[in-house]
Amino acid sequence: MMNALTADAPRADAADPYLKIDSCWKAFGEFVALRDITLDIHKGEFVCFLGPSGCGKTTLLRAIAGLDPQTRGTIRQGGRDISALPASQRDYGIVFQSYALFPNLTVERNIAFGLENTGRPKAEIGARVAELLALVGLPEQGRKYPAQLSGGQQQRIALARAIAINPGLLLLDEPLSALDAKVRVHLRHEIKELQRKLGVTTIMVTHDQEEALSMADRIVVMNHGVIEQVGTPTEIYRDPATLFVADFIGETNKIESVFDKGAVRVGQAVLATGAKGLADGGAVTMAVRPEDILPLAAGHEARPAPNHLNVTVTSMEFLGSYWRTHLTSDSLGETPLVANFSMNAVRRLGIEPGAALTVELPAERVLAFARGA
Amino acid sequence: MAETSTLPAGRAVKLKLDRDGIVKRGFMALIGLYLFAALALPLYAMLSKSFVTYGFDLTRYEFQVSDESGTVWGDPVSAASLNDALGKFSDADLASSSDGRLAVTDLFPDFSFKSPVKYRLRSTTADAPYLVGLDLQRTTDWQEFDSNTFRRVNLRPVTTVGLQNYVEYFSNPALFSSIENSLFISVISTVLTVGLAFGFAYALNRSCIAFKGTFRLIAMMPILVPSLLPGIALIYLFGNQGFLKGLLMGQSIYGPLGIVIGSVFFTFPHALIIISTALSIADQRQYEAAESLRASSWRTFWTVTIPGARYGLISAAFVTFTLVITDFGLPKVIGGQYNVLAIDIYKQVIGQQNFEMGAVVSVVLLIPAVFAFIIDRQVQKKQVSLLSARSVPYQPKPNRRFDMLMFLWCLIVAFFIAGIIAVCQMAALVKFWPYDLSLSLKNYAFNRMDGGGWAAYWNSLQLAAMTAVAGTAIIFTGAYMVEKVDGFRAGRALFQFFAMLPMAIPGMVLGLAYIFFFNDPANPLNFLYGTMAILVISTVTHFYTVGHLTALTALKQIDAEFEPVASSLRQPFWRLFARVTVPVCLPAILDISIYMFVNAMTTVSAVVFLYSTHTALASVAVLNMDDAGDIAPAAAMGMMIFYTNAAARILHAFASRRILGRTQAWRAR
Ligand SMILES: Nc1ncnc2c1ncn2[C@@H]1O[C@H](COP(=O)(O)OP(=O)(O)O)[C@@H](O)[C@H]1O
Ligand SMILES: [Mg+2]
Repeated sequence: MMNALTADAPRADAADPYLKIDSCWKAFGEFVALRDITLDIHKGEFVCFLGPSGCGKTTLLRAIAGLDPQTRGTIRQGGRDISALPASQRDYGIVFQSYALFPNLTVERNIAFGLENTGRPKAEIGARVAELLALVGLPEQGRKYPAQLSGGQQQRIALARAIAINPGLLLLDEPLSALDAKVRVHLRHEIKELQRKLGVTTIMVTHDQEEALSMADRIVVMNHGVIEQVGTPTEIYRDPATLFVADFIGETNKIESVFDKGAVRVGQAVLATGAKGLADGGAVTMAVRPEDILPLAAGHEARPAPNHLNVTVTSMEFLGSYWRTHLTSDSLGETPLVANFSMNAVRRLGIEPGAALTVELPAERVLAFARGA
Repeated sequence: MAETSTLPAGRAVKLKLDRDGIVKRGFMALIGLYLFAALALPLYAMLSKSFVTYGFDLTRYEFQVSDESGTVWGDPVSAASLNDALGKFSDADLASSSDGRLAVTDLFPDFSFKSPVKYRLRSTTADAPYLVGLDLQRTTDWQEFDSNTFRRVNLRPVTTVGLQNYVEYFSNPALFSSIENSLFISVISTVLTVGLAFGFAYALNRSCIAFKGTFRLIAMMPILVPSLLPGIALIYLFGNQGFLKGLLMGQSIYGPLGIVIGSVFFTFPHALIIISTALSIADQRQYEAAESLRASSWRTFWTVTIPGARYGLISAAFVTFTLVITDFGLPKVIGGQYNVLAIDIYKQVIGQQNFEMGAVVSVVLLIPAVFAFIIDRQVQKKQVSLLSARSVPYQPKPNRRFDMLMFLWCLIVAFFIAGIIAVCQMAALVKFWPYDLSLSLKNYAFNRMDGGGWAAYWNSLQLAAMTAVAGTAIIFTGAYMVEKVDGFRAGRALFQFFAMLPMAIPGMVLGLAYIFFFNDPANPLNFLYGTMAILVISTVTHFYTVGHLTALTALKQIDAEFEPVASSLRQPFWRLFARVTVPVCLPAILDISIYMFVNAMTTVSAVVFLYSTHTALASVAVLNMDDAGDIAPAAAMGMMIFYTNAAARILHAFASRRILGRTQAWRAR
């Protein structure tokens, strides 16, 4: 765990986190929306808060923004304790799902809103606005009103307005969820690209795991007001720290089982697992991702090997790049399995509904989580 | 997981206030203070006044009388025992008012101002004032007077706090009957108005008649005139010299009949707006369902239409009821000997200078008004939820017989309303009713009548303009603070309460409360008394609530994220307010200002207690000229108010359209 002691001096060398959230709690009356949140975010990072709706992502973001302060705990930004600073004295730009563009001001005026009133000469503001418009790829749209733009264009203007003042931190609250799927995928790349170009530390709130996986340097997975796991997209995906993460990110087969000496027991099957630190004889949930279930060539049925299962195909759905295949296994009892088999494998091994085959569940891909935790 | 589940001990983090926060709270405190001083304190002053009674307490004074030489003094004797011995004053005689005086010589039958006998007087308690000449004495020391001075000594009444005034009020059958009268005319008028307005609204929303726009326009006209104007028209038609007097078959228009007819006139548009809104949110699909079930149109009406409009009907009924029961102008003009609560307040205060009793009647009048207000708020909340669930709007289909009936209904109502206005216009232009019917403008020569003359009209115009500008600024800013300040919950809730309160306070009550509060010499705000400013303040306060609600509705439609965005851009809130909030809300702001303007032009009830000779108002001039028997000039002044408000309305419509047109670019999707 992190050392609780941090240097108070504003000397921000590279190792010091840019944003440091320490033991933050948020209560709305009796309801506790955030529990003991501790999190470090480094300069230039793109971090996503990911979790189901209502888990407290926006609440955490608003605490960071000083819009609705945490009830307990401290937040430091760039070495400065901002825990009790009002929004206007913090250093961030923010983009909301609703865009919150001022409807009666032109796009230019919107972007210039944070630049005016700062003593900057008009010409400089104009140049900066033009530069920002070009940056977000809408150089011709300055004189239009927000309502005359498409949703995606509006979101880019909101982004331009937020970064106009060169904030140290960029906060995005579900910036893409009001857009339709095509635009969304396109804008993901643009935002990520922009962030890389500017190097601005960015926090994005989303409930869309694909968005988080494709954009974030690190993902903070949240559930019921607590952080379940913090890690890079691959860490989160390959080594989920909790069953919740395993289940929420991607897809997974969950099977109730018992842990026994480095393996899980399900029905008659015993599957070796990489999971550690579990009590022998303890009830666990075994988890394995559909794409980690490997089909083996014919001939393995008769030779039982560790982590091999003989299965029967009950049904198959074609999902474009792979076949989603439902399997049952005598040794697993009633519990069905879902596996994703590539088109190649299906063709090569002649997998079809009703067929019997052997699959391998590689030990390091078989996860286990203590139950009732 | 092992994380603890309860909040660690400690204090909640509170954000430091930045300049914005301070300014916002400052603004809210300022406007809150305004409402407090212009509403809460006067009402409190009035309420406490209603519990105060004045009377002479003879037990608190002692006398000593000397012999002829002026040196040998008799024993001290209390005023009470002197009175008992004489049997001079009964308890009722000792009741008094705030400026009562009791000559002490009345207690000494042998008193002669030429006698050499001397007198001593002292108060036995600190709270027993008396006057020597004009000098108020408050001392418990003996004071000696020669007989010539002694005749100028008067006792002053002392105050007692209690329910005495209320007891007196409720044991006075004349006063008590006003409650009955008020309830009677209010209930009858409400039933009639709501019935007529429902039919009218039904025609506008559910039939295919022609001239809907014209009908709607005519129906709205009463809003533009003072409530007493129909009274004047009715006098012309059915009064002692009225040419339609025969139609009444011996009934007198002066009294409940006149009040009810006039009330239907001036409350009609208010009821119509509410019911029409309720009917316009009907769901087409419910009617289609009823049709497919082959329900008769009569059954559909009772099972679909009425339940759908019920909140509107209830709300309209309460609004109408409140308007009638709190109205003062109409019963004043056409009530004759028929007393109602609002008239009683006026009579007690202006006629008898009995302010305490006026306060008691005010409290009595407050009860139904507050009650109606609370019910109306409850109903409004339900109506709103109905509105948000709306779906396919109803499309009426032509039906000749039904449309014919509806058209006739509208025609009769429109004829009634336009007729009243037309009669007033005629009265204003005719030379000498009913003897010389040629036309002239001499009734508009207000300077030749009592009531304030043309100056009163210009005063009214000034009041209306100032109320529109100041009122709109105060109301909109206040609503912004309630809606867009974060944190400071308790303060905002309190503010909201104060903003809603004026709706429940009848104008007469507010006006009287202002007398108590502002006319108190000890009040530092006393300098406002008798000025134009107090008229503006009372009018803004009187009409605060509707403006506040209009502003809130507009503000609620603005994205709540504008303020966070502005502060993240480190921009002060007032830049956002001026550059975005106000421009976006401009239509609502214009609506508030025209509402304030029109009401300031027509209001009588609150200002009737507060105007002074140099701040006479047009609406009050109508009342006073009518009182003086100058009915034609009264009608002419009423019509001046009508022209002005009509012009203001047209200007408003024009301005609204222009602003919407100019800003269409950003409103269009
Ligand atoms: N102002 C508030 N008052 C009370 N409860 C709130 C408030 N804001 C959020 N909540 C509650 O806190 C929880 C987390 O909300 P939020 O942070 O908005 O979730 P999300 O992860 O979807 O952004 C929800 O259960 C929500 O109902
Ligand atoms: Mg959210």
